[in-house]
Amino acid sequence: MDVIIENREAFLSGLLLTFQLCALAVVGSLVLGTVLAVMRISPVPPLRWLATSYVNVFRNVPLTVVFFLVVFALPTIGVRADFLRIPGLDLAFTRLGIDLPYFRMAIFALLLYTGAFVCEALRSGVNAVPAGQAEAARAIGLTFGQNLRHVVLPQAWKAAVVPLGSVIIAMIKNSALAGFFGLTGDLSATFQQLISARGQPAIPVFLAVAAGYLVMTVPLGLLLDRVEKRQAVTR
Amino acid sequence: MSGERGTVLYDVPGPRTRRTTLVVSVLAGVLLLAAGYWLVYQPLADQGELSMDKWGPLIDPGNELFPAVWRRLGQGLRATLLAAVFAILFSLLAGTLLAVLRLQLQQASARRYAGLPRPVALAARWLSTALSVLTRVFVEVFRGAPVVITIFFVWRVLPEVGLRPPDLSLPGLPMPSLMWSLVIGLTLYNGVVIGEILRSGMQGLPRGQTEAAQAIGLTPLQTTLRILLPQAYRIMLPALISQLVVVLKDTALGFIITYSEVMRVANLLAENPQLRNPLQMYVVVGTIFIVVNYALSRLAVYLERRVAQGRRVPALPAGRPAEATVTEAGAAPLAHESRA
Repeated sequence: MDVIIENREAFLSGLLLTFQLCALAVVGSLVLGTVLAVMRISPVPPLRWLATSYVNVFRNVPLTVVFFLVVFALPTIGVRADFLRIPGLDLAFTRLGIDLPYFRMAIFALLLYTGAFVCEALRSGVNAVPAGQAEAARAIGLTFGQNLRHVVLPQAWKAAVVPLGSVIIAMIKNSALAGFFGLTGDLSATFQQLISARGQPAIPVFLAVAAGYLVMTVPLGLLLDRVEKRQAVTR
Repeated sequence: MSGERGTVLYDVPGPRTRRTTLVVSVLAGVLLLAAGYWLVYQPLADQGELSMDKWGPLIDPGNELFPAVWRRLGQGLRATLLAAVFAILFSLLAGTLLAVLRLQLQQASARRYAGLPRPVALAARWLSTALSVLTRVFVEVFRGAPVVITIFFVWRVLPEVGLRPPDLSLPGLPMPSLMWSLVIGLTLYNGVVIGEILRSGMQGLPRGQTEAAQAIGLTPLQTTLRILLPQAYRIMLPALISQLVVVLKDTALGFIITYSEVMRVANLLAENPQLRNPLQMYVVVGTIFIVVNYALSRLAVYLERRVAQGRRVPALPAGRPAEATVTEAGAAPLAHESRA
């Protein structure tokens, strides 16, 4: 137990950084995933092909490979994820502005990977909307965009909440990989550092780090269970 | 999925829309190609990343390094698949045991133990409740902790308390201690996940199944093993296969504990002074993973269709139209009906 108390600051700042990483990557992957989902069901064939191949590639490649390519290959073509240095945002998320690009790269890798899964979750939601709804919308003359915005997506959202939540939980756990790709100071990097470098008793450290992730994933999971139960009743 | 087969989201595009779409697509394609050329191809070419020096050993059979590189990659791939196969087998086994155990404990803690003396009955209830809570905590910890952390834990921490997996290498088939660390780490995570998949599958079955089994005199354990579990496997088959894809992908995490699976081999090869081609290596390895996993995913989709048919057809009264979805209007369900 002493290990945890002695290193509580490292654990807490690790938790905070992991949380920041996840928060930014969730927002990014929701945006990317929505765009992909709309592309996949759009009337324009090339957009459908593009989104479908994107999803197939990123759902089937290990996150490790994505991390390798983003962290080591992108810099060779001069991409250091500088587009994530959003003015104003780097005040709250100070690591965004730092010259070492690993925090931005980790967000980028996570959102590229998770976007594909978000797209699939949303599409499953769209498929859960009764066809009559979309047909009725078309019958009163709504265009594809209006149809999606006013009729299909608001209902799809409801059915997609639970799968989306599972995707986000998986992403929080996946974010641990960032600590193995140059990011310093998040929960998993703290874990390695405490175990490898300083030779601390390892089992409490493991439990503390696991607890750090559980603090984020378990409440989300319980919330999803409740949403799922409520939906089961309304249906 | 395909627009041609009658999605209900939009009208089938007429000749004018189709022409506009074509023109805009071609223009956008040209723009994309130009952007790709200036932003990706040029910088890559400037860095010499597209030269045959770097790609040759991977894609040109005539290259002198080609056989050696692919022999190493083949060894790595074999190590990946070997670890994946063991992890999958153990995860399925552990998952099944865990699901059965949790269901039994839940039932046991709800039982009254009517025939037993009071203190014994109380102790039995208390014990089964405690075990039930304990397994729940185990499940939550290993399901909630990232699998990388679990693998790292098995590799670094367990040997400290004397739990180092043995080296079980056979001649010609290396199965070092490191592989077992990876397999155990993957099994801890995926076994728990599969256990929960199976448990929710069993609990989702109609109550009549359990009641009927009890009515013909099966014990709770027999009910679980012979009635509920086989049905849960069938219903949850697609979810199980997607989880197997996850296991295969997660095997790539072996490089973190220095197990020489394909990622680590690629990593080492890329550092070889004769090669120095990390980017090309990762692209090739990524492609291999995509091909294998895509095939597995297609299998999952195929099985999902078959399972859905098997379940839906008898339940569907002949006259009632099946539910159509937004992107696949009526097409698939109609096929079910004609077959029914």
